[in-house]
Amino acid sequence: MKRNTVSSRSVKLGKRSLLKRDILRDKQLYIMFAPFMLWYVLFYYFPMYGILAAFKDYQPYVGVWASEWVGLDNFIEFFTGPYAFRIIRNTVLINIYSVIFVFPASIILALLMNELQSKKFKTAVQTVSYLPYFISTVVVAGLVITFLSPTAGIVNVVIEKLGFEKIYFLTKPQYFRTIYILMTMWQSVGFGTIIYTSALCAVDSELYEAASIDGAGRWKKLLKITIPGIMPTIAIMLIIRIGGMMTVGAETIILLYQPITYETADVISSYVYRSGLEEMNYSYATAVDLFNGIIALILVAISNTISKRIGDVSIW
Amino acid sequence: MKKSISEKCFDTFNIILMIVIMFITLYPLWYVLVASFSSGIEVTNGNVVWWIKDFETEAYTRIFEDSSIWISYANTIFYSVVGTLLSVVLTSLGAYPLSKKRLRGKKFLTGFILLSMWFTPGTIPMYICLRNLNLLDSRMGILMLGAAQTFYVILMRTYFESIPDSMEEAAKIDGASDFQVFLNVYMPLSVASIVTIALYYFVIRWNSYFWAMIILKDPNKIPLQVLLKKFVVEMTANNSELSKIDYTVTSRETTIFATIVISTIPMIVLYPFIQRFFVKGVMIGAVKG
Repeated sequence: MKRNTVSSRSVKLGKRSLLKRDILRDKQLYIMFAPFMLWYVLFYYFPMYGILAAFKDYQPYVGVWASEWVGLDNFIEFFTGPYAFRIIRNTVLINIYSVIFVFPASIILALLMNELQSKKFKTAVQTVSYLPYFISTVVVAGLVITFLSPTAGIVNVVIEKLGFEKIYFLTKPQYFRTIYILMTMWQSVGFGTIIYTSALCAVDSELYEAASIDGAGRWKKLLKITIPGIMPTIAIMLIIRIGGMMTVGAETIILLYQPITYETADVISSYVYRSGLEEMNYSYATAVDLFNGIIALILVAISNTISKRIGDVSIW
Repeated sequence: MKKSISEKCFDTFNIILMIVIMFITLYPLWYVLVASFSSGIEVTNGNVVWWIKDFETEAYTRIFEDSSIWISYANTIFYSVVGTLLSVVLTSLGAYPLSKKRLRGKKFLTGFILLSMWFTPGTIPMYICLRNLNLLDSRMGILMLGAAQTFYVILMRTYFESIPDSMEEAAKIDGASDFQVFLNVYMPLSVASIVTIALYYFVIRWNSYFWAMIILKDPNKIPLQVLLKKFVVEMTANNSELSKIDYTVTSRETTIFATIVISTIPMIVLYPFIQRFFVKGVMIGAVKG
């Protein structure tokens, strides 16, 4: 009886009061959420305001708002300048190479690990191959520089022992992309196998048993069961990867490039870093960055839509 | 079942290939270790390949004497430990309310943070923001940057969602408030996931250098990776002397190796223990998928 009155009263109270009641009921949840939300406001939404600098002649001591409007000047300067084509090309090319070489490497490695007969050996290989993921980019870049050094670098020592001229790889633009890709491979291929290894575990083992009874060999099982079994994972990872096609982190590039290799090494993010923070052309760099961010947003949106459609999966 | 010859061949080939891959992975690290204990001249002449040549600990003595390395080491530990704590607190405080279906405005609040997975304001706007907040050249700035990562917030939310509502209801009947439910019921149940996320944050913090390099000018505040970055870049440029220490050309490389060794050892020592958590983290991410 009592219950009935409560519910009929709440109907009378209407939507607004219901909302008020729910908010009051969950007030502790909102209080918990507040510091977290404040963080996003300060370090995600507040920086958005700085994007205005792209349309202004931003002077640090005047502030974003008071700086003079220049419209699209910064964008025009970028697109008519000599670097636009170069850095966009380099960014896209490094990504294409990475999709061709680094992306499949993880899949192949996961499949090969899966074929290992000894469980102990398999665990050992996995443990070792994940390790580089835990080593900092600075250290890895340091290793690359050391190994390729023209004086003591082990690579050049070998080249010399084989009777060839030493090569100072890092000053040769034609080697930069290869070096970068090999470095990323060393860093990430092992860790990248985890997702495929877990997909491989999920493949129905009854399928393998049935295939064995039918007399299928390992090769046949690989082609007919294993690969189709992990295909959805591969497709989704590929789509996510393609969503990142316009992104190459400046963190690694700026450690390895030199003015002499800018021709092939300079990417959008490293150019933004250099022109913005080293040469202090803040507004110009913001414009370049904004252009990059928008293209990246479009790519992510497309890839997300596709992956939602084919795999019922999205990056949220 | 008996193996055919071709299968045996494949197995042998596969094992050899895996050994080669393990070698490629481990050799650079091994090289740095043995070179750091070898004499500078032997390293510069390219005589160090498999094992220590002309054993000496000079490189280590040199960096042990150099206070700048210890200061930055202490900074790294501070940023990593305090930063990780901050991240874990923020991430779980944010993820818990978002895991409640009944929460009004849940969709809006989720969208509010999800936007950051699609679009980032960019390096310069971030820099301007830090300048406006007066966080340039401040330790607080380093701690705050990247304190919450949307991806891990979502992972944590997914985990909280997987805990049955009945747990909450039972505690509520006993008169617990939302905050008590969170602290006394959900947190203890989520220890494994929290550890996983904490380790991800920790490794990111320990290894990052980019923003620290941009915003910190005071050498007393820089983390180890920024110092290492200076060494590494100077090695590329092959010019000028390093910090205050008097380096000869031959000892520069061994000094860098020794610094790499002492900065990487904590990770390598922790690695066997934390590895499984990382594997688990990737899997949770995949399951949510």
